[in-house]
Amino acid sequence: MNLKNLGRTARRNLVTYSMVIAAYIIIQVLAAMDLLSNSLSGQLIPICAYVIMAVSLNLTVGVLGELSLGHAGFMSVGAFSSAFFSVAVGDALPTPVTLVLAFAIGMIAAGVFGVLIGIPVLRLQGDYLAIVTLAFGEIIKNLLNAFYIGVDSTGFHVSMKDATALKMDETGRIIIKGAQGITGVNRMSTFTIGFVLVVLTLIIVLNLIKSRTGRAIMSIRDNRIAAESVGINVTKYKLIAFTVSAALAGLAGSLYAHSLATVVAKKFDYNTSILILVFVVVGGMGNIRGSVIAAAVLTVLPELLRSFADYRMLVYAIVLILMMLFKQSPQIKNFCRGIGERLRLGSLFHRRKAENSSSGKEG
Amino acid sequence: MALLEVSNLGIAFGGLQAVDKFDLTIEKGQLFGLIGPNGAGKTTIFNMLTGVYKPNEGDIILDGQNITGMQPQKISKAGIARTFQNIRLFNDMSVLDNVRVGLHNQVHYSTVAGVLRLPSFYEKENIMRGKAMALLKIFGLDGVAKQKASNLPYGMQRKLEIARALATNPKLLLLDEPAAGMNPNETAELAETVRFVRDKFGIAILLIEHDMSFVMELCEKIVVVDYGRIIAFGTAQEVRNNPKVIAAYLGGE
Ligand SMILES: Nc1ncnc2c1ncn2[C@@H]1O[C@H](COP(=O)(O)OP(=O)(O)O)[C@@H](O)[C@H]1O
Ligand SMILES: [Mg+2]
Repeated sequence: MNLKNLGRTARRNLVTYSMVIAAYIIIQVLAAMDLLSNSLSGQLIPICAYVIMAVSLNLTVGVLGELSLGHAGFMSVGAFSSAFFSVAVGDALPTPVTLVLAFAIGMIAAGVFGVLIGIPVLRLQGDYLAIVTLAFGEIIKNLLNAFYIGVDSTGFHVSMKDATALKMDETGRIIIKGAQGITGVNRMSTFTIGFVLVVLTLIIVLNLIKSRTGRAIMSIRDNRIAAESVGINVTKYKLIAFTVSAALAGLAGSLYAHSLATVVAKKFDYNTSILILVFVVVGGMGNIRGSVIAAAVLTVLPELLRSFADYRMLVYAIVLILMMLFKQSPQIKNFCRGIGERLRLGSLFHRRKAENSSSGKEG
Repeated sequence: MALLEVSNLGIAFGGLQAVDKFDLTIEKGQLFGLIGPNGAGKTTIFNMLTGVYKPNEGDIILDGQNITGMQPQKISKAGIARTFQNIRLFNDMSVLDNVRVGLHNQVHYSTVAGVLRLPSFYEKENIMRGKAMALLKIFGLDGVAKQKASNLPYGMQRKLEIARALATNPKLLLLDEPAAGMNPNETAELAETVRFVRDKFGIAILLIEHDMSFVMELCEKIVVVDYGRIIAFGTAQEVRNNPKVIAAYLGGE
């Protein structure tokens, strides 16, 4: 197939992949030449995790059109379940096997939570998902903060009180230690693994969007009543989108957890959820490449974030209000889109304009 | 057996009996008109036929299957498609994608096949594209297939809605004021298209329209409702001269 025969979307996706691969190569070259600062090389895996988070949240928010305020909750589920697995397994399995299994477990666990939340909530119309995911994120965080799990020769011990309440024999070791989380995680994650997972996420999400399933999902976003009228099973496709989104957040959590020696629940709180949402809004609703760029840039420039740390809550509030308006008002949607078009590259803008005027003539 | 048999259909909103004791029989391939003053209950009837509203009473039988109170998505599969009085397109999607969504239940492959780009994806997507383009061509929309639906001029949006409805391979097509906002030329062209669609696809069409001449010229049978009840029924000629109809329209306007 030659380039000209590819559709517009396929070409756009190609640019996205190329961009990610180029970024990876450049960073590897810089690292080889010892030109990466310490702080930046420490950020590489978190950047990959946040990119996956933003892309997956965009599937729920931009593609499905449902607001989720607890995406970090799914990340947390992925982080804890995968780290729990790898710590419990220890050296019993070869590292690559442990890694693949741990990440798969993190993904599946988060996906299961996605289904459990989605089944009751996605049947409803309105902003219920926002409220429930918000609660979910907080509940998961508080639950994990209170959990003690240990293992000894007799098997697993669980307590919600403290470590001594586990009542383990002398072979016992604690895996999850309440607010102190999981310590001694095998730091298996590397930048290359993160890069591979980013590409995997992009393949899943971009292929999904440009398929029968993706069109069904977007049709629900654009007009639920019309979607039903042409035979789309609305609940089913909402659930598919939300579950994939949650599972990918679990994957990001697994990746992130295995870059840290200690995994604690408070890392995945409300602020993290909102931060991811900011990435999605800044990158553009439904714009996957935008999410990649926004997540990478806003993570890599901590100075930028630090400088508006004082105003963070204010920014959050404004973003939230805008989000609500986005969903309600077509005027605001058009207004924001108008600004977006103007900010985009000049050439792109002119091409769009030319297309519009020619369509006007045809009509 | 008739294609659609509606008997004693009724629905109330609060205290308002929007539709009452509504009966209707449509034969295969028939062009049927549903007219009446504003607020008479025409759109409400469509909404009950397509499952948007659940009727309080009555039965809707499509091709021998009782579809009363079924979900819209199931009724679409059973064979009723519709357009909306206030156009409902998938605005942020392309014209082509709008029709491909309409083909959702006609061409199948799994989500996994789509994500993994298995051979069935390419095969079925090709079929889907061909079918969608053929439909767009009928409505003269093949040239704008790549454009965003919301960028189309009004008349084209109405046509696209019909194309999308036809993509679901219906037995019965419901058109809610398809000529609204069109000029006389466009209206005449639309009448041609409606007739063509009926002949080509062999489906029955029930349409709501305010433009009396449009309905009178196009439809073989017409039912007139006012205040949720049938006030007249028959051929265009019969309905036109019915004093109740004249009174309803003169009173209504
Ligand atoms: N969802 C609803 N809730 C309350 N009243 C409704 C609803 N839908 C329709 N109605 C009322 O039912 C009556 C018939 O409306 P409609 O079917 O839209 O009329 P039309 O014949 O112009 O299409 C009107 O009085 C309208 O206000
Ligand atoms: Mg109406």
